Amino acid sequence: MTKDDCKKLVIDIISDIAPDEDLSAIKPDIRLRDQLQLDSMDFLDIVMELRKRHGIEVPETDYGQLASLESCAEYLTPKFVQKS
Amino acid sequence: MKHSHYDAIIIGAGMSGLAAGIRLAHFGRKVCILERHNAPGGLNSFYSFAGRKYDVGLHAMTNYVPPGVKGTPLGKLLRQLRIERDEFALCPQKQSRIAFGPRGERTLRFTNDFAVLDAEVAAKFPTQTDGWRKLVELVRTYDDVSLDAQPVSAREVVGRHLTDPLLIDMIFCPVMYYGSAQERDMEFGQFVIMFKALFLEGFARPLDGVRVIIRVLLDKYRSAGGERRMQCGVTRIIEEQGRAARLVLDDGTELTADHVISSIGVAETLALCRSGFTPDTPGINPDLHNIGQLSFIETITVFNRQPAEWGWGEDTIVFFNDSDRFDYARARGQVDVRSGVICLPNNFAYGDGRLPEGIFRVTCLANYDLWARLPEEQYQADKKRWFAEATRSARRFLPPVDDAVLAQAQLATDMFTPRTIKKFTGHFNGAIYGAPRKIRNGRTHLSNLYLCGTDQGFLGIVGAMLSGISMANYHVLQGSGRG
Repeated sequence: MTKDDCKKLVIDIISDIAPDEDLSAIKPDIRLRDQLQLDSMDFLDIVMELRKRHGIEVPETDYGQLASLESCAEYLTPKFVQKS
Repeated sequence: MKHSHYDAIIIGAGMSGLAAGIRLAHFGRKVCILERHNAPGGLNSFYSFAGRKYDVGLHAMTNYVPPGVKGTPLGKLLRQLRIERDEFALCPQKQSRIAFGPRGERTLRFTNDFAVLDAEVAAKFPTQTDGWRKLVELVRTYDDVSLDAQPVSAREVVGRHLTDPLLIDMIFCPVMYYGSAQERDMEFGQFVIMFKALFLEGFARPLDGVRVIIRVLLDKYRSAGGERRMQCGVTRIIEEQGRAARLVLDDGTELTADHVISSIGVAETLALCRSGFTPDTPGINPDLHNIGQLSFIETITVFNRQPAEWGWGEDTIVFFNDSDRFDYARARGQVDVRSGVICLPNNFAYGDGRLPEGIFRVTCLANYDLWARLPEEQYQADKKRWFAEATRSARRFLPPVDDAVLAQAQLATDMFTPRTIKKFTGHFNGAIYGAPRKIRNGRTHLSNLYLCGTDQGFLGIVGAMLSGISMANYHVLQGSGRG
């Protein structure tokens, strides 16, 4: 599992949660909230889909780590590696 | 064999219960929806009668926005339930009208483009324009989905911006008819929800009506693994140590669940909680007196002509009132035909499709007590009489057509009364919009029993679905539930 693999998994989740968003040109280091229309309900769903699909737990205190695609990869990749 | 313990049990397979069920099942909870009736949909359902399909409840789905508009309730609900927009097959309205005066001489037209209503107000109430625009700005920015908001009177807030009583009444008329459980006034947060749903967003309908929406919800729920038991009402909730410990079903079966979400109404839910409680028992629990007084009748006439042939082809919905002031209150007689709502389901922009027959629906305020205890013969006779009164009153607000012409084109009629509503929804007093005081956070006196739907207070069918979603998220999925 590389950081790029991880980003792809996050994008898969966002594309299922928000199929009406264009995800083709996401900039990894810019906050997702600033380039997509995602509200707190959507972020909750990202967390819950991570748990449902990949068994990965994100405690509420760490939600801030999911701000951008880059920070997602930074934070989640070790968790994926640990899983496999 | 069916399980008797669930992560969550939902009481009622209406819009809110189904939406809550989809959320919970999607995230792996073992969930069961219990519905006393044999059809899903609750207040917005459908039925067949003499070979024809009818919708009941829903005139139009409010909160419609065109594809690409984000951040509104419709978009949120589609995302949360993983529904593709096309699945609802929504077709927008043509136009609607608010028509006041004995012949509807004062009108405000509105469409799914808010600029139309804005221009109408500016042209017809020029002295009110500034206040109107400030009110609209306030509505746009108001946090109407806060779960802990303090109640404020909408009459008071609107009265600070508008001074012409006619304009005030004309704006309140559709907003109240499509969702107010309170007489003559409503909570401002509720007003904002409805104002956005009707005027800033708009009306739409699938060609095949509400059954399309219900079918999508049922399919999602089933494929997510949710269980549903029909003709399976809850007769009692047994409390132990501040929790809903067991649910007793109509057939005596007992079920248990970590969480119970009830969509049947606040007083109706509490009445299940301890045996011997009836809504009439005074002074025991104030929530048992939080019971709506507003009920309705609705007539449906089916024609072998399209309404457009009579010049009735433009209006989708007409909100009418013939009196000096608009009086949204329990009818003093059996029915109050001074005001009401006309719905012509033919008049949505269906593209190439069209409804095979003409349909004309009229809704008026009614009095539950004066319908509830009539002997059958009297009940049937009164239905017939008020059917004629309501349709005659409503027709004043449409282009005139000869009685004989309509009679000749008429294929079938049907009508619901407050008694029908009570029978099929269980709502005390046949109160469609439920309790006047909403329970925004959905909490009850039991730590693992929550409310969703009408009495939680997000209105309209999109609101109802969002209510189910919000309560499932807040109390079960986010783990803030104390259960």
